[in-house]
Amino acid sequence: MRALLFERKIVKYGAARAASIRKAGRGAVYGPLSLDDDAKHLPLPGPDWHRVRPLLAGICGSDLATVDGRSSRYFETIVSMPFIPGHEVVGELDDGRRVVIEPVLGCATRGINPACPQCAAGNLGRCERIAFGSLKPGLQSGFCCETGGGWSTSMVAHESQIHDVPSGLTDEDAVMVEPTACAVHAAMSAGSFGGTDGGAVVSVIGAGTLGLLTTAALHTYNPSSHLVVAAKHPEQQRFAKQFGATSAVDPSALVRAIRTVSRSLAIGDGGIERLTGGADVVFDCVGNDASISQALRITKPGGRIVLVGMPASVTLDLTPLWHREITLVGAYAYGEEPMAAGRRTFDLAIDLVGQLNLGCLVSATYPLDDYEDAIAHAANAGSRGAVKIAFDMRAEKARNR
Amino acid sequence: MSKTSRGARPGFVLEVDRSTPPTLFWKGEGYGLEKLPIGSRVIYAPEPHEPLADPRGAIREALLNPLGDSQPLPTLLFSGMKLTIAFDDISLPLPPMERPDIREMVIEEVLEMAAVAGVDDVEIIAALALHRRMTEAELRHAVGDRVYDSFAPSGKLYNHDAEDPDGLTNLGQTKHGEDVIINKRAAESDLLVYVNINLVAMDGGWKSTATGLSGYQSLKSHHNVKTMRNSRSFMDRHKSELHSSNWRMGKVIRDAGVKIFQIETTLNNDAFPDPFGFLQKREWEWNARDRASFIASSKALDRTPTRLKRSIFQNIKAPHRMTSVQAGEVEAVHEVTTANVYKQQLVTVEGQTDILTMGLPYICPYNVNSIMNPILVMCLGLGYFFNLYRNKPLVREGGVLIMSHPTPWEFHPVHHPSYIDFFEQVLSVTTDPEIIERDFEKQFAEDEWYRHLYRTSYAYHGVHPFYMWYWGSHALQHLGKVIIVGGDVKSVRRLGFTPASTLRDALEMASDVVGSNPSITHIHNPPIFLADVQ
Repeated sequence: MRALLFERKIVKYGAARAASIRKAGRGAVYGPLSLDDDAKHLPLPGPDWHRVRPLLAGICGSDLATVDGRSSRYFETIVSMPFIPGHEVVGELDDGRRVVIEPVLGCATRGINPACPQCAAGNLGRCERIAFGSLKPGLQSGFCCETGGGWSTSMVAHESQIHDVPSGLTDEDAVMVEPTACAVHAAMSAGSFGGTDGGAVVSVIGAGTLGLLTTAALHTYNPSSHLVVAAKHPEQQRFAKQFGATSAVDPSALVRAIRTVSRSLAIGDGGIERLTGGADVVFDCVGNDASISQALRITKPGGRIVLVGMPASVTLDLTPLWHREITLVGAYAYGEEPMAAGRRTFDLAIDLVGQLNLGCLVSATYPLDDYEDAIAHAANAGSRGAVKIAFDMRAEKARNR
Repeated sequence: MSKTSRGARPGFVLEVDRSTPPTLFWKGEGYGLEKLPIGSRVIYAPEPHEPLADPRGAIREALLNPLGDSQPLPTLLFSGMKLTIAFDDISLPLPPMERPDIREMVIEEVLEMAAVAGVDDVEIIAALALHRRMTEAELRHAVGDRVYDSFAPSGKLYNHDAEDPDGLTNLGQTKHGEDVIINKRAAESDLLVYVNINLVAMDGGWKSTATGLSGYQSLKSHHNVKTMRNSRSFMDRHKSELHSSNWRMGKVIRDAGVKIFQIETTLNNDAFPDPFGFLQKREWEWNARDRASFIASSKALDRTPTRLKRSIFQNIKAPHRMTSVQAGEVEAVHEVTTANVYKQQLVTVEGQTDILTMGLPYICPYNVNSIMNPILVMCLGLGYFFNLYRNKPLVREGGVLIMSHPTPWEFHPVHHPSYIDFFEQVLSVTTDPEIIERDFEKQFAEDEWYRHLYRTSYAYHGVHPFYMWYWGSHALQHLGKVIIVGGDVKSVRRLGFTPASTLRDALEMASDVVGSNPSITHIHNPPIFLADVQ
C-alpha cells in the first residue's frame, strides 16, 4: 500500500515548525511527513474491524498543525507514532460498500466494556479511555499507529465507526461529512438560541471549512438568528452568505457589525474600544490569540463563546471573561445529540451534506504523490480562493493491491 | 493689487484646441494638469465680484431697512424679551473664511442693537441640524472671541441638539403631513434672528430654520430619495422639491407665531489665498509665478504624507468677502439673496454633454477639519457638483461622470462613526438608494450609540451618511456610468463606481457607454459656479 507517514523525528519536527513560520504548509517539505510507497498493510485489530480503501481524504486544520509542527503538546500522550494522518475519509469496504469513517476511537473501538460514562451517555468525543484498551493511544483514526488514516490506500476501521454513504452523495459530498459533523455538534452544543426580538445575535469567527460548515449548521438549526460571519477572503464571504449568514464581513469590521446588529453601545469615541453588549453566542472557528480575544470583545455579558477551531497555546487577557461573566466552552467532535432526540451527529451531518450539497466546498484534490503541493494549497486555501483540499486515491494503483 | 479690484469678468466656456494648455484637475489634497481632447469644453467660474466696501455699515443698513413686511430690527427688540440668534454651522462657507467671519460681524451688530434695547435674555445657537457639534475653536472662528467669551461660559452659546427630547417643540404638520419640529428655545423666543451665509443658491430661506434647527423626525420628510430625485436642481428653488418642502414647513412655523428676522449674506467666490491663487485662474493666464507655484506645490504635495497634506489644506482660510447682506422677512430676503448668488455664480452653457469631468477638491461641507471619506466623495461629486445646474443637468441622461479623487478607504472615527458602518455594512449589500432607505435608514437613525456620540462628542448623526447617499440619488439614476480616476480601487468599487488609473483610461472606458466620439465638458470648480444649461 502507499501512505503518507508521520514519524517521531524531533529534528524534522523542529524544521517543520521553523519552515512554517515563513510560510504555512512548508512543514510538508522539511518535516517528518513522508510518502511510503511500499507500506505494509495494517492488520485488522479484531473481528469487528474492516479494511477500508480510501477514495478521498480531506486535509483538516488539525492535520496542518501537525504537519507544520504547531500542534499542542497536549496531544503527545494521546497519539501513537508513526501514524498515517487523515480522519476525513470516504472509502470503500472490501464488499464494495461506500462508507465514511467516524474517526473517534472511543470505548467501542478499544474493546472496553462497560464503556466509560461519556461513551455510555453518547458523548463519544468526550471518551475517557482514548489511551486505553486494546488499541494503542489515539484520539482518532489518523492519529493512531494501529488504525492508519485516510492519506493512504488502505486503513482499518471498527464496525462502530462505519456509516454507509447514501447513493445520492458524491465522493466530494461524503468527504465533507466528518467536518460537517464537527460543525453540527458545535451548533447543537450551544443549545437553541431563538432569542427575542427577531432572534439572537450569533457570530462565527473564521470562514475556512469549519467556519463555513458551522455557519451552515447554525442557519439550519437556528434560522431566526442574526448570523454575522467574519471572513477574510471574498470567496469565503460569498460561501458564508450562501450558507445563511445574515452578513459576512472582513474580520476587521466584525466588532462594528456586531455592535450594529446587537444595538449595543460601545466604549470609544467613534472608534470602538469594546462593546457594552454584543453577540449572544460566538463560535470561534480559528482558535488563536487574536480570534479568542476578538470573541471576548464581541460577546455580550453572560454570553457564550464556543471554541470550534482547535486552539493551541494562547496568551489572553481574561479580564472581560471574568468581568462580563462569559462562558467559554469547547466543541469537539461528535456523538449523539440531545437537541436532535439523541440522533448521531454523523447521521445529522450526512443529511445536512446532502441537503446543502456541501461537496461544492471541495476546491481541489491531489494524488498522494503531490502531497507537498496539496498541503501548501490547504494551508493557504483562503487566500487562494479555496476551501477544502483533499487527497484523491481513486486513481492509485496501490488501492487494488 | 487685490484680486477683486478690477472689473470681474463673467464665467467662460472654453473650447479646447491645439494651443490650449493642460487643465487643472483637483485630486483631493493635491492637483495636477490634464490634457483634455480637442473640442472639449472647460467651464470657468466668473471672477470674484467686488466686495462690499464697508461690510459692517452694510449690515447695519440692512438691519435698519429690512425687506418684506418686517420692521427694522431695533423696533423688534425690547427689554425683557427672549431673543435667540441662530447661525449657520461649520459647513459654511467653503473653505472656511479668513477672520472676521461674516457671522461674527452680523452677530456683533445684532447684539449691539439688543444691548441698546436692554435685551438681557439672549441665547446663540449653532444651527447644525444633524451635523456634528462645533468645537470651541470652530465656534470662536465663526462668532469671534468677544461673542464667544461673553456667551459660551454661561451656556448661552451652544450647539443645537436635535436629539434632546426636551429641547424640541412640535409646531404641527404641513398639508403634506410633514412634521415641523424645531428647536424649542428658538420657537418660544419673542424673536429668532437667523444669521446665514449663502455660499450657493441652495442655502438660506426657510431651509435655515426648518432644516438647521430641526431634527430627524422633520428632516426625513424631505431628506429622502424621492425628494432628492425630484429636485432639479437644489440650486433652483422653484424646481426643487427639497425647497418646496422647507417652504411648506416655513408656513407652519410662521403660522405657529414664530417671529423670525432673517439675515442673509452672499460671498464672492474668492476661494484661495495668495500662495494658492493660481488655483482659481484660467491656465492660459498663469504667469511665471503661477507656474512656479503650481510646479513647486504639486511636486511637494506628491511627496507629503497624507495626514500632513490634509492639515495644510484644512488650514487654508479663504479670502471670501461679503458681496451683499439683506435682512427682514424670510422669503423677501431670500429672493434678493438668490439673485445675488446667481449674479456671482451663473455661467451660461449651451447644451448638455456626453461626458462630464470634474476634479474633486479636498473639502466638502461635511469634512471641515476632517477626512473626505469615500461617501463624501460620492456626495461631493454626484450630490453637489452634478447638481450645480439650472434648467437641466450638464451631462445628458445616460452620460458618464468622470471625477478625480484618491478616494481613500479612510474615515474620521470621531466625526463619521456611522459612515464607517454605512460603508462596511450597507454599501456591501446594495448601493440602491431606495433599498438603502427602506432597509437600513431607521436602524441607523435610531441607534443609541450614534445618538450618544452626536449629542456628547463631535459625530455626525447616525442617519447622516444616508442623506449623503440620497443627495447623489438623482445623479445615480441619471448617469450611465461613474468613473473615479486615481481612486483606491476597493473604495471605488464599494461605491459601485468604476476605477480608472488615468483620465485617458477613463475616457476610453466611457466610450463603452457614450460611443467613441463623445462631447466632453470639464467643470473648473472651485471656485464654485452654477451652470445655466440652455
